[in-house]
Amino acid sequence: MITRSSPPRPAVTGGGARLRPLWVAGALVLLAGCMVAGLLAGAAEISPWAVVLQLYDWLPLVSADSGLAPVEQGLLQELRLPRVLLAAVVGGLLALAGAGYQGVFRNPLADPYLLGAAAGAGLTVTMAIVFVGGDAGSAAVPAAAFAGAIGGVFLAYALGHTARRSGDGTATLVLAGVAVTSFLTAIQTFVQQLKVEELQRIYSWILGDVGGGWDDLSLIAPYALLAATTMLLHGRMLDVLSVGDDEAVSLGVRAGRVRIVVLLAASLATAAAVAVSGLIAFVGIVVPHVVRRLAGGSYRIVLPLSLVGGAAFLVLADLVARTVLAPAELPIGVVTAFVGAPFFVFVLRVTRRVET
Amino acid sequence: MSALSAKGLSVALDEREVLSDVGLEVGAGGWLSVIGPNGAGKSTLLRALAGLLGSRGEILVDGVPAARLKPRERARLMAYAPQTPALPPDMTVFDYALLGRTPYISYLGREGRTDRDVTAGVLERLDLGAFGARRLGHLSGGERQRVVLARALTQQARVLLLDEPTTALDLGHQQQVLELVDRLRLADRLTVISTLHDLNLAGQYADAMMLLAGGHAVASGSPVQVLTEELIGTHFGASVKVQAGPDGRPQVQLVRGER
Repeated sequence: MITRSSPPRPAVTGGGARLRPLWVAGALVLLAGCMVAGLLAGAAEISPWAVVLQLYDWLPLVSADSGLAPVEQGLLQELRLPRVLLAAVVGGLLALAGAGYQGVFRNPLADPYLLGAAAGAGLTVTMAIVFVGGDAGSAAVPAAAFAGAIGGVFLAYALGHTARRSGDGTATLVLAGVAVTSFLTAIQTFVQQLKVEELQRIYSWILGDVGGGWDDLSLIAPYALLAATTMLLHGRMLDVLSVGDDEAVSLGVRAGRVRIVVLLAASLATAAAVAVSGLIAFVGIVVPHVVRRLAGGSYRIVLPLSLVGGAAFLVLADLVARTVLAPAELPIGVVTAFVGAPFFVFVLRVTRRVET
Repeated sequence: MSALSAKGLSVALDEREVLSDVGLEVGAGGWLSVIGPNGAGKSTLLRALAGLLGSRGEILVDGVPAARLKPRERARLMAYAPQTPALPPDMTVFDYALLGRTPYISYLGREGRTDRDVTAGVLERLDLGAFGARRLGHLSGGERQRVVLARALTQQARVLLLDEPTTALDLGHQQQVLELVDRLRLADRLTVISTLHDLNLAGQYADAMMLLAGGHAVASGSPVQVLTEELIGTHFGASVKVQAGPDGRPQVQLVRGER
């Protein structure tokens, strides 16, 4: 064997494929800070210390007296806490899904909506609002969005698969995603024109909102858990895929299968996020890129830190959305796009420099 | 027993046969160099041997039919380096070489001590010890080729399939890489199958050669048997003069303006 002459405990050590505890701790502290800030922001003034005490009190087996009135406790419990948690879950899912898509497509600009998830959900939600209408229509929105997002990805995948000629098929798949997106968007536009008076409801859904409360949280929890766990377990496999399909296969990896599993998990995460929050742009691109720049490019780093970082980012974005025009609210998608779009251009410039 | 052999190997891409009925046999420690004009099917042959393409015919690795091996088992026996490897610019040299350990790690598992030690050992051996933390994007052409070789070696496979290992390297680095492969081959009795563009280099290092043209193996044997003026003239459409070099190996020279 090649290395039979086993060298004395080699001094050569590796680069960055390990997730350093410091980064995890830093990201978690950031997330906790954002969440506490999110709990504090709002029309009613509640002191930070009281919030911390109240959170502690809600933990099982311990108790503390926060000194908060029942109304304030209710406000925290029924409005602010679920809102902050939902923002965290949605942000984490979108960033994780974005990182997953980027790994599968080996393209740093892939985002969770690349394969028609957004257009699919947009269409089904528009249909629910236009054709069902009223309260029943609103109640059907999460299920419609979920089904539409999955359906859009499925359509793109089926189309990409039949059109595929040779190679790993990722380029064809992306093109199929583009085709499906414009096709479904065309239908969506047509449907929404049928009932122009619903335009505002449709648009406010599209621009995103994380005010759905505990119901929405419990609705997506199982999907979120399944998708996130699957993706987090595939970090090393995505690293192997990053050297190309031929080499991955020559290393004994069934590249096609890994790709499908991660794609399914990322699409499930996207659908879960879209179901309760609308179409929040750029989180899926911005967060994984910041992580890559700061902590390293291995997917074993990018996936978990994107999850935590995405959560923190969206909690913060929601905080901004709720406070800058208070008492009015900005749609959260406006805030993320406002930060995300300039950043997107920056990423384009930097990646171009690296590739040439 | 031969380390690698193939019988009646055929590959069709888009319903066009690009490799027809190719047979080969390389003993343990041998170096077979596959030559041929552009589009002859050299890379296809290597990819088929590596199991990256569907093919008809039989491939035997250490006497075992490759079709019966699981992907991971096959990867422990054969390592493959493509002509233009994808090198993620942000990945470090160590992490890249460590990927060669993949066939030894379970699907959702992670590398252990042994994997790291093997990788470190290989890097030391290829004089890349100081490069472990360097990012792939910051390497020169010669260094990249050595890193790719390192990844193939951490796989600890007995058979190396190298597709144009000297592409885009200058003369000195071409020599360095091929000398390195030769040294490793002799030290560890590795079996090497490479495609090489440069006929002189191919003739210098290989102990057996195969000339592919239009998907067919039109000649095979020792360098002296394959590198003849007639065969090169017929299949490359080149006018050349072949002379024996000081070590008896054939040297190919282009002849100007006869055609």
